[in-house]
Amino acid sequence: MMPSKPALRGRKPKVLVLRAPGTNCDVETALAFKQVGGDAELVSIADFKAARVRLMEFSIVAIPGGFSYGDDVAAGKILANQVKLYMKEIRNFVRLGRPVIGICNGFQALVKAGLLPFSAAGEQTASFTANDSGRFEARWTHLRLNTQSMCLWTQGLPEMIELPVAHGEGKLVLKSPRHLEELKKNKSIALQYVSDDGKLLGYPHNPNGSVFNIAGLTNPEGNCLGLMPHPERFTVRHHHPNWTRQTFMKEGIGLEMFRNAIKYCQS
Amino acid sequence: MTERRDRAGVPARRVGEEVVGGRQTGDHAAALSVKASDAGSLRFTVLPPKELKELSARLGWSLNEPELEAIRAEFKKVGREPTRGEIETIAQTWSEHCKHKTFNGPVRYSDGKKSRLFKSLFNETIVKATKELGKPWCLSVFKDNAGIVQFGRSGRWALAVKVETHNHPCAVEPYGGAETGIGGVIRDVLGAGLGAKPVLNTDTFCLARPDYAGALPGGALHPLRTLRGVIAGVRDYGNRMGIPTAGGGLWFDDDYRLNPLVFCGTAGLMPSWAVRKDVKPGDLIVAVGGPTGRDGLHGATFSSATLEGEADRQAVQIGHPLNEKRVLDALMAARDRRLYRGVTDCGAGGFSSAVGELAQDCGAKVALEKAPLKCSDLAPWEIWLSEAQERMVLAVPPKNYPELEKLFLAEGTGCSVLGEFTNTGRLVVSHKGAPVADLDMEFLHDGMPRVERRAVWGLVPKPKSRPCGARKGPADRGRLGAILIRMLGHLNVCSREWLIRQYDHEVQSGTVIKPLQGMRHDGPGDACVIWPVAATGEWADQAGFALGHGLNPSYGRLDPYWMALCCADEALRNLLCVGADITKASFLDNFCWASPEVPEQLGGLVRAALGCHDAAKGYGVPFISGKDSLYNQSRDEKGRDLAIPGTLLITAVAPVNDITHSLTMDFKGPGNSLFLVGVTKDETGGSLLSQMEGCSGEVPKPDPKAAARAFKAVSGTISKKLILSAHDLSEGGLGVAVAEMAFSGEFGASLELDQVLTSPAMLADETILFSESPSRVLLEVSPKDDLAFMRAMKGVPVRRIGSTTANPLIKVSGQDGSVVLETLLVELKTAWQHTLPEAMR
Repeated sequence: MMPSKPALRGRKPKVLVLRAPGTNCDVETALAFKQVGGDAELVSIADFKAARVRLMEFSIVAIPGGFSYGDDVAAGKILANQVKLYMKEIRNFVRLGRPVIGICNGFQALVKAGLLPFSAAGEQTASFTANDSGRFEARWTHLRLNTQSMCLWTQGLPEMIELPVAHGEGKLVLKSPRHLEELKKNKSIALQYVSDDGKLLGYPHNPNGSVFNIAGLTNPEGNCLGLMPHPERFTVRHHHPNWTRQTFMKEGIGLEMFRNAIKYCQS
Repeated sequence: MTERRDRAGVPARRVGEEVVGGRQTGDHAAALSVKASDAGSLRFTVLPPKELKELSARLGWSLNEPELEAIRAEFKKVGREPTRGEIETIAQTWSEHCKHKTFNGPVRYSDGKKSRLFKSLFNETIVKATKELGKPWCLSVFKDNAGIVQFGRSGRWALAVKVETHNHPCAVEPYGGAETGIGGVIRDVLGAGLGAKPVLNTDTFCLARPDYAGALPGGALHPLRTLRGVIAGVRDYGNRMGIPTAGGGLWFDDDYRLNPLVFCGTAGLMPSWAVRKDVKPGDLIVAVGGPTGRDGLHGATFSSATLEGEADRQAVQIGHPLNEKRVLDALMAARDRRLYRGVTDCGAGGFSSAVGELAQDCGAKVALEKAPLKCSDLAPWEIWLSEAQERMVLAVPPKNYPELEKLFLAEGTGCSVLGEFTNTGRLVVSHKGAPVADLDMEFLHDGMPRVERRAVWGLVPKPKSRPCGARKGPADRGRLGAILIRMLGHLNVCSREWLIRQYDHEVQSGTVIKPLQGMRHDGPGDACVIWPVAATGEWADQAGFALGHGLNPSYGRLDPYWMALCCADEALRNLLCVGADITKASFLDNFCWASPEVPEQLGGLVRAALGCHDAAKGYGVPFISGKDSLYNQSRDEKGRDLAIPGTLLITAVAPVNDITHSLTMDFKGPGNSLFLVGVTKDETGGSLLSQMEGCSGEVPKPDPKAAARAFKAVSGTISKKLILSAHDLSEGGLGVAVAEMAFSGEFGASLELDQVLTSPAMLADETILFSESPSRVLLEVSPKDDLAFMRAMKGVPVRRIGSTTANPLIKVSGQDGSVVLETLLVELKTAWQHTLPEAMR
């Protein structure tokens, strides 16, 4: 089923970049959207509570990385509970097919709020735990995209891309093995950590020990994406750790994801 | 102790650093017993000197006799007894921690031949050099919480930089100490001018080897535990603050085993209009951030104690990064709406120092009952002096207060009015109407008597060991290779990847030259380059800045003067190698020394300060900020005083005019020319070679003027895009540098030592390969650019010494043409990567 188009069209789609105390990738995520023609606005969860903003006025929602509420209790858990307060609205937003992205801490929150991988059910079927290495890991990873996936964020991207990760609790775990089969069937596994030649290998290629090397998940409809790697950290070629060794790269591959969402809203 | 000069004569910030003289013998019970005197009389003016001294020791004031007498005289003049709050405020303000009595005070220095009287060591060395250089892009130096320089070409932005130490707390409680260390320096940058947005953190640790197997006195932590703790502290705080930790260093020396050093640095961006504070009478005194508790009370005096036996861990503050992140976000929003006219952080001395600092030129009236508290049983003077973290004080025009309060409350952090700034020139503090302190600002800040200190420097006796490079007999082909492998595995050289990966060094998406470089993102970069686009929001602007360090206490053991010059040289070389504009570089100095009451120790400190002066003048690079931390010595397991080696960390920061022109250190391809800039001399004193081989030599001696000329020429070739990779020669000299470039880029190299420019003309192969002569960099140039490069380098000592190869090995031919070293890259890299993960296991 193709998701229905966002109600609000326009040349400059409005992007809600959700922040909570402790969010720290909000500015660069907003800048990435602005770079490709989005009208990004930082909205704090307190603004929601005070009913100063209305979700439906926006075309795109992004939950950026960071340590929301200090990642106390567990990474993204408190933010997830806050998001659940507005579950009906958000579920509606997703059901209307508007693009939603959760990056790193945002991914953790989406999963813990039950919006991913099955946004329709609203039940938590996956979670995150500490990296296998036992340490926070900041490193660039090779990723393989699921070209079969419906995910609108990754449409048209090359099968193999590179993006950096930076997290301490990034190991995705599933409630039951049957969920993995379901994810495969629904083509929900949007991104996997691989070696530079595309193999599913262990640490350090899989930086956290995620089940089936999962780096990113999408809902079956493809409009809601959560991923541990940071696309907003690769929007110009100088973000790449090896840009001084290369001449062919024009811009960062991460920017393509943001462009996809903006284009989707504009079309 | 922080804030030496950054605001000469103002109470300082951070908590719990080393302080002068006496130790705190008073326990909490003693403190409670005098609570009654809070509002009443201490009978200060009538106590006999001896009892007064005892009282000072018991209550942990760290005031010496002349200071006690000066206070007595002042209150006799006023005609009343001082309150506890007043003495505490004065003690705090006059502590070594805040006043930097040694560095700002008079010193009589003698080196055996000449003697010299400094009225103020700091003013006559470091400040003097900066003043004489008179660089127009230095916007605020030695005045504020951080040094501030211009950023970019637009004139719209300024860069604030500060490096702090947090040594004593980290010795007692490594995790909490490092957390509050990084938290404090972030607040320094937030409290510089009207606040800068932090865009980079750095951390440098000096510790004993993690595998130290010797004895330790009771209460001292094993260096491995300290190292684990400080890394985790910086990681958990820095990552949660959303500031990339992308610079720093590690240095191991067993003489740090009782006094580890922890340097934390922050750089931040602010609009140019926010460089100056302008506090006006009538402005509200607003406290923002966390509530006030008993944590960190007397942190300053605690740290004056030599660390023996059971230390009082409660004196170390507790960090809470989420609170500070809330303050950061709310403060930046308030700054951009121009809601306040002054800001400073609560460091050592808490409110007393923050309010005292902002009110220095006017006056202030404070009602302490308005401060939000963690616990209700705090005595008024405890509220006034608590060093609870994550608090800042603002000067807010009354009409702006409602909007400001809304911003802070929305972010979920505290905001309350403590009083107002006045024009009386007095600091008046009350609690529920009862007086806590009523002090004359002038006496508080300028009333401290000065004590002259004596400093001597004698030549270090010539070591008896054999000179390096003097080995007789035929060259053993495997020997130099074996030395190189051991050098790469040495703790002071080996890969820091284990630690760097735990820091989020790319948050804010501005780390364009990363700390780890090369084919597999694991080579040792010279410096990081930050493109602060998350702070400026200007995508089209390619302006960035680079930050690097120089540190080598081994040279300091021979002569701190040359150590200072070498550190400055190394810091600049690091910036040069990533493509920074070093003609607009600035230095920051951080001195960590043992007791200045020992004339020989102070003599070394004076030598280092003189070195800083000559470095600044010679390289044409001003100092913009700094700090000294003294009394880094403790009794070891046998009861002897163990002093740290005199340590100077020089941090250099310079603009990168166009980040797309910056460079990394990894070889980019086979068949490229390798050029060595600089002259290689017989300078192995303090070198890695001398430590590993037990030999001795001359300490490296930079020639700053010649070096500056050479650096400028190299810088020119980089901006012409003639250079493919550049790496500085530091510990382990040419051998280590070429190995690092090769295994990072995964191309080999072949070197001919007879091509190296040496002085004298004949040197042993071993010396050429491992000498640590300063001011040298190794450059990779495409052969088609050889001529253009040589033309651009006219008048600079430079030689083509070899080329890169597709063969994955390092091959070196000696002066007689025979191969003296031939080692596979994989062997070199394995040795280099193996050490730290192994040690941290």
